[in-house]
Amino acid sequence: MVDAFMPILPRARCAGFLVIENVSQTYGAVDALQDVSLTVAPGEILCLLGASGCGKTTLLRLAAGVEAPTKGRILLDGVEVAGPHSFVPPEKRGVGLVFQDYALFPHMSVLENVMFGLRHLPQAQARDMAMRGLKRVDLDHYADSYPQMLSGGEQQRVALARALAPRPSVILMDEPFSNLDQRLRESIREETINLLREEGISAVVVTHDPEEAMHIADRIALMRKGHIVQTGMAEDLYFRPESLFAARFFCDLNEIDAVAKDGQVATPLGTFAAPDLADGPCIVCIRPQALLLDTERGGVSASIIARRFLGRVDRLRLEVPGLEQELHARLRDARAFHPGQGVRLAIDERDVLVFGPVA
Amino acid sequence: MSILVAALVAAPVISLVMVAAQGSGDLWPHLVAYVLPQAISDTLLLLLGTGVLVIAIGTGAAWLVTAYDFPGRGVLQWGLLLPLAMPTYIIAYAYLDLLHPIGPVQSALRALLGLSSPRDLILPDIRSMGGCILLFGFVLYPYVYFSTRAMFVMQMANLIEVGRTLGATRTGVFRRVALPLARPAIAVGTSLALMDALNDIGASEFLGVRTMTVSIYSTWVNRSNLPGAAQIALIMLALVVALILIERFARRRQSYAGSTQRARRLVPELLTGGKALAAFLFCAAPILIGFIAPALYLCVEAVARLRFAGLSPSLIGQIGNTILISALATLVSLALGLTLAFTARLMRNAFTDAILRIASLGYALPGTVLAIGLLGPLALMDDAISTLSELVTGRTTGLVMSASGIALIYAYVARFLTISAGNVESGLSRLSLSLDHAARTLGESAGGVSRRIHLPLISPALASAALLVFVDCMKELPATLLLRPLNFETLATHLYGEAARGTYEDGSLAALAIVVFGLLPMILLARTSQVTGKPRADLPAHEVVAHG
Repeated sequence: MVDAFMPILPRARCAGFLVIENVSQTYGAVDALQDVSLTVAPGEILCLLGASGCGKTTLLRLAAGVEAPTKGRILLDGVEVAGPHSFVPPEKRGVGLVFQDYALFPHMSVLENVMFGLRHLPQAQARDMAMRGLKRVDLDHYADSYPQMLSGGEQQRVALARALAPRPSVILMDEPFSNLDQRLRESIREETINLLREEGISAVVVTHDPEEAMHIADRIALMRKGHIVQTGMAEDLYFRPESLFAARFFCDLNEIDAVAKDGQVATPLGTFAAPDLADGPCIVCIRPQALLLDTERGGVSASIIARRFLGRVDRLRLEVPGLEQELHARLRDARAFHPGQGVRLAIDERDVLVFGPVA
Repeated sequence: MSILVAALVAAPVISLVMVAAQGSGDLWPHLVAYVLPQAISDTLLLLLGTGVLVIAIGTGAAWLVTAYDFPGRGVLQWGLLLPLAMPTYIIAYAYLDLLHPIGPVQSALRALLGLSSPRDLILPDIRSMGGCILLFGFVLYPYVYFSTRAMFVMQMANLIEVGRTLGATRTGVFRRVALPLARPAIAVGTSLALMDALNDIGASEFLGVRTMTVSIYSTWVNRSNLPGAAQIALIMLALVVALILIERFARRRQSYAGSTQRARRLVPELLTGGKALAAFLFCAAPILIGFIAPALYLCVEAVARLRFAGLSPSLIGQIGNTILISALATLVSLALGLTLAFTARLMRNAFTDAILRIASLGYALPGTVLAIGLLGPLALMDDAISTLSELVTGRTTGLVMSASGIALIYAYVARFLTISAGNVESGLSRLSLSLDHAARTLGESAGGVSRRIHLPLISPALASAALLVFVDCMKELPATLLLRPLNFETLATHLYGEAARGTYEDGSLAALAIVVFGLLPMILLARTSQVTGKPRADLPAHEVVAHG
């Protein structure tokens, strides 16, 4: 909640509190968002995670105010900024927005870009603030350069400095790291998140990459087809996915069709507990790292079809008698195994999930 | 605001239908019996002949300069665009004199053959349907050349190379791969060329071809029969609609063809000896006939005229008139074009799209059709102004719109609005919407975004739009003839008057001035298409249009 006793400064940054209440967005016949509710606590970094077209960017645009929702309300620090009877345009909301393509103004220098949102200040003061912002991202020596002269990573940092300069209460980032190459991405991501934490600013970051989401988010909201499927911390989503979709999103799975009976599921790989499941068809999901290979112990016999060395781990394809599909395993130090070899499988039940039939 | 703009463009068409519906009374049987059959058949014949010729020249030259390398190719590549600077009425004017029995060409031929009298050497007369088709073909082919070359350059390197590895010769590839793929581009270019041909009034009249445009003009001006003229105009409008449909349809197909291939340049095959010479001649001939010869002629005549009489004050006055009226029309169409394009960007929906499309139709309206259609709306406005003035001052004002040149500016704007709107729109469409949103979240209002972000970034597009509109206004003849204030002469109308009377006094100077101005966009076009390696979508003038 907004701290009522905080001294009120003109546009002073206090971490914003963003509430999205039953928001729907329709484009013609397409429902981009259906009855989505979400809260971003002050100072929290929340990731909107999902495949392209799931509505995550739409949600971000609604929060920024560049679009108005068809239904529902959006509140920023307790004030309704979008709703049935009100709409605060983006320039009055005090939110920062960082785009995938950075959207730097090509006809303005780096400094002018950062100063763009500081027009309410006297020129000298604005310049001063902008320079300080550039220093924060270590780009003050490029102040007079033009955006096209900068590398992708530098452009990303300018975009961040520009969005932060007017001291927004919430910053919204749309796939901010996806245009950077792998190596650069990790270091820029690290720097960006550190900066956000130091500033104590609330942030919503859109991404399609679960690993990235786990890297940066306090909480993750997983989206699918205009709905929020599950919200929680990374471990919640990984270890306690509420749906097959969520489980699949965070991990490759060996999926075996089976039938549940009396809270038990029998498969060629053994019997697993499924206490909450009604009797009937179900899907048993086994993570690749749950398959432990041993030549002697273990209850299930299997044979190795192929092995692929991937550096940190090896990936193995296995065949189990009585099971139609191949199994995939991922384990360390597996170089001793070779195709055609018979092995015994043990299964780590912590990495087994059972879901009801897919609707 | 946008609706108003669209209404301004749509008004002439609606009014045209209303005037035509009044019926021309006694004259209609006469029109049907004597005027229409010939006008229609002449027009169709002219379009057909011109179409065949522009396709042959345009496609052939485009293929040669893309697929082969030969001496002079670099110069020819952009030189082939030059005839676009030569309005049809000017090339007709130039050739009438050049090919006159006592003109330079025939005299030289006779000297060469040792003949003494024009009667001994009877050549086909340029003042004929054949001559008209020939001249049209040689100045209008660049439309086809331009769109087809873009297609050849951008989209076909892979396909052509695959065709060759599958055993086809270069010529075989042209016939079996390149030509079928370029068909939409050819159709687009041809329909644009034919719209220009349909719009022409000077050339066909000088050359004695009684097209529908000429018939409209004479029915109205000589017979003072407005409904009759409107009825012919309506038939012509049907032709125009057919051309637009062809063009739109072809463009849709073109975009499919374009999307499948990544751009990669075709490596041209080096020609030597006779083949190189043949290729050179094929590409050089249209430039020579369509531009160099008439331009040289105009230069020589202009210099002679200057030596003899100096710069006449009336010519200076006409230059002033031309620049003034074109500049005003350019300003208005830029302002309206900006409005349309900004509106479409701020609220993109089916409605604003439709408005933009209606506004873009003006370019296809031949000047005469537009002028006749405008009379109705203009009279209404004149009446309104007069009534208003009577209420306020107690005096009536008469025909303010026509007398002040507002009518003419209206016509120019209606015809060329699409160039400015199209250029601004294509400039804006290159700006990512995220720029708008970034600026908005940084505290800028919608209007401020246009001012601080859009305007500075589209200023090059705006400048080229201004240039294109200005030059097109300057060259415009049919609407200018019909809508100008009394005794108001521009370079184009002056030239028309001289040619129509058979006097040539200051005509060559006026023509040269128009051609020189007309070259400016060509230079812009050649430069931009060379620097970026690909032809720009917003040039030449009429290319723009069909993006809508």
